[in-house]
Amino acid sequence: MSDTDTRVPLLEFRNINTHYGAVHILKDVNLAIYPGEMVSLLGGNASGKSTTLKTLLGMVTPTSGEVVLDGEVVNDKPTSYRVERGVTMVPENRRLFKRLSVKENLELGAYLRNDKDGIAEDLERIYTMFPRVKERLNQKSGTLSGGEQQMVAMGRALMSSPRVLLMDEPSMGLAPALVQTNFELIQQIHEEGIAIFMVEQNANMALSLADRGWVLQTGRVVLDDTAENLLANPELQKSYLGGA
Amino acid sequence: MTAASVPNAAPALLPADTSIDWNRITRFGGLLALGLVFISLAGMPLGLNQRTVIEPVLSLGYLALMWLPFLAGYNVGNEIVLEGMEATKKGPRDLLGGLIVGAIGGVGLSILVLLIDNFDLRDPLVNWSPQLLEFLNFENGVGFGSWIWIPFCGLLGLAGASLQLMSQTMRRAVMTVILAVIVLSVFEFLIIDIVDPLKKVLYAQQGGLKWGAAIVVAILAAAFSLFGREPISQVRSNYNDATGPEKSRQTAVLIGLSVLALIVIPMFTGKITQELLANVGIFLLLALGLNIVVGLAGILDLGYVAFFAVGGYTTAVLTSSNRGEDWPSWFPSEIHWVLALIATVIMAGIVGLIIGAPVIRMRGDYLAIVTLGFGEIIRLLFLSDWLNGYFNGAQGITNIPPADFGIFEIKGTDPRSVFYLVLFFAAISIYVSWRLERSRLGRAWMAIREDESVAEAMGINTVNVKLMAFVVGAVLASFSGAIFATKVGSIFPTSFLILVSIIILVVVIVGGMGNIVGVIVGAFVLIGVLGGPKQPGLLQEFSEYKLLIYGALLIWMMLKRPEGLVPNARRSRELHQDEFLQDAWLKGEVDDAVPDSGDVDGTVAPA
Ligand SMILES: Nc1ncnc2c1ncn2[C@@H]1O[C@H](COP(=O)(O)OP(=O)(O)O)[C@@H](O)[C@H]1O
Ligand SMILES: [Mg+2]
Repeated sequence: MSDTDTRVPLLEFRNINTHYGAVHILKDVNLAIYPGEMVSLLGGNASGKSTTLKTLLGMVTPTSGEVVLDGEVVNDKPTSYRVERGVTMVPENRRLFKRLSVKENLELGAYLRNDKDGIAEDLERIYTMFPRVKERLNQKSGTLSGGEQQMVAMGRALMSSPRVLLMDEPSMGLAPALVQTNFELIQQIHEEGIAIFMVEQNANMALSLADRGWVLQTGRVVLDDTAENLLANPELQKSYLGGA
Repeated sequence: MTAASVPNAAPALLPADTSIDWNRITRFGGLLALGLVFISLAGMPLGLNQRTVIEPVLSLGYLALMWLPFLAGYNVGNEIVLEGMEATKKGPRDLLGGLIVGAIGGVGLSILVLLIDNFDLRDPLVNWSPQLLEFLNFENGVGFGSWIWIPFCGLLGLAGASLQLMSQTMRRAVMTVILAVIVLSVFEFLIIDIVDPLKKVLYAQQGGLKWGAAIVVAILAAAFSLFGREPISQVRSNYNDATGPEKSRQTAVLIGLSVLALIVIPMFTGKITQELLANVGIFLLLALGLNIVVGLAGILDLGYVAFFAVGGYTTAVLTSSNRGEDWPSWFPSEIHWVLALIATVIMAGIVGLIIGAPVIRMRGDYLAIVTLGFGEIIRLLFLSDWLNGYFNGAQGITNIPPADFGIFEIKGTDPRSVFYLVLFFAAISIYVSWRLERSRLGRAWMAIREDESVAEAMGINTVNVKLMAFVVGAVLASFSGAIFATKVGSIFPTSFLILVSIIILVVVIVGGMGNIVGVIVGAFVLIGVLGGPKQPGLLQEFSEYKLLIYGALLIWMMLKRPEGLVPNARRSRELHQDEFLQDAWLKGEVDDAVPDSGDVDGTVAPA
């Protein structure tokens, strides 16, 4: 990490190891996400990307190493502690609360907040950002189209007033036409100053937006570079970017 | 995929089919035959034959068989009319279908008659008896019995099918008439209990509607259906269309009237009705609690009876003079009911935490199985020799005194007082459920029900929130247990069998999970009409077949009305979403309506 400066990372992994039962998933992973930047974690299927996000958010406890939030080791802090401090995840496949209305989904995003005015303000902000969502507030979220669901999932995440969004394969399962729009939305959120940590298999697209990236292979970080260099890396091109 | 690629033209590809669908007819007929034979061998007709429906023509025993061909005859003519397709005109084809289906069903019974006459299978089949043969022969010999069911069921099927040919209005009128006569005769005891003078007017000496009265009732019912329906549906649609403060006002009026009715009615009725209402209330309290656990939080607790038991036993121990000898002398004894209730609630909360803590980390089916186990463990503890000195084992705790409130007393011999107490607690439970559903906690419960790991990712402390559901459920159940103990005056481990959990779960499911009004209706219909685990309902004759009917009802509900008896619009929409979507698809509105179906999803671009 040549560009590491004196800033404090918002989120950081120091030599993280994770196990599911006896199975070793993440192996000595080091990561750092700085405020306001857009970074990307690439990797094939089952390489441990989702596990990385869950460990960052505290839904999975690492077996060794440190998860650091704003310079504080938060290994034994619950998920709620991290959400309150601005870490939010947009889960894989969006995973809306399907039988609840769009409005209820958004409100659940703000579950830990008490500032009524702030919540109302953020709702308005989301309505302006996604007018489609506003039209469907009382509809069951499960009945929305894929693209609309993606908007609600992002809206729900934004309702927690995050400083960093952990996005798990945001383009997975979206029609090709939507993937582009979706990335534009992410870009737009990023421009509001929210850091984005995007996990993707669609590496070309992800890297064209990101500042930096890591490549994960069976739980180990095998490449760690600027997006530009990664895009130019012939090996990566061959193994990950080929078809994407 | 866009709207253009949707085969809008589908209807044109399918010519209107006017030929007879033999496949369907034989399938329905076969099922009908099996159903009739099953009902006969389950013993229903014989068991119910003592009871007269219309004096002297019809007994409940024959009715238990007759409704089935009628229904089959009607249903064989039911077809799904696809959007955009012309519904085939109903006509002789349907009548013939009904007739044949009924006749095939009758063949089933004829074969049964011949078999019973020639073979003795009494060993495995208890009801394979000469009495059943007599019944099936109409007491006219095998020669008659072996053929009569074929034309008889055929005619019933024909009658059922003829409903298809009627206009909507006529069909409704016929159904209302049938329903009115059956309800009036089946609920004879209740009606006499409520309005005693009706006994002489309506019913024969030895029970059953007088045939003259039946005709009058039929005419009144028909008249009501033809002319009285309009104003009622007017009122209802007024209510449904109302919004804002007007709606709240009407709701308030509705609730007020219901409460008033529930307070006033027991003042004038006899003991049967009061007893019935008290039983319904006790189980309603349980169902409301379980509704929070299962319906809102999505925790499939099959051992809910444990909290009912804990409530009952705590109250018993604290108020009875016969509670077991090993209690230390300083332990509060024979205290006032209200103090005991407070202790009961605290105890239930603690047990809720103790059982909940290990269970709550499990999911889905594991949780269901483990709670089932805990439910049994609690009962076995009360039954055990080990704790015999405290709970008297199988002898139970007796001598539970009435609850004394100075000016009035609540005791089992006065079921009305019990009912008022139940009503009070039911009101509290309903209010609490209603508030919780709209609270932050209620939201969290629903989020967990929908997707537990995402709920966790939102920062919801899923363990604590689920424990809260367990505890709230336990507390509501303990109210019920406390009242139950006082009502019965004694308490035994056998009052708390798994069956109680199951029946309450059925009430919740039939009512439509998470739907308070539905649960109330469900409790009245199931506990009131069919009866509780041990408590008789209105259909006392049916008590032997109670579980059979519960089971059948449950299956039917799951297949046809998963939203429960009283669906609210939103739940019904989500459950029938597939159908809506198919409709939309046929109309070519597919582009936006296609839902995201979980993991492989969202491959549909917006138009
Ligand atoms: N809850 C779990 N229990 C056990 N194994 C798991 C669990 N979740 C994921 N795994 C395994 O961990 C590995 C990494 O999974 P994951 O992080 O989801 O990969 P990715 O998101 O990169 O596809 C996979 O082999 C997966 O099967
Ligand atoms: Mg993944």
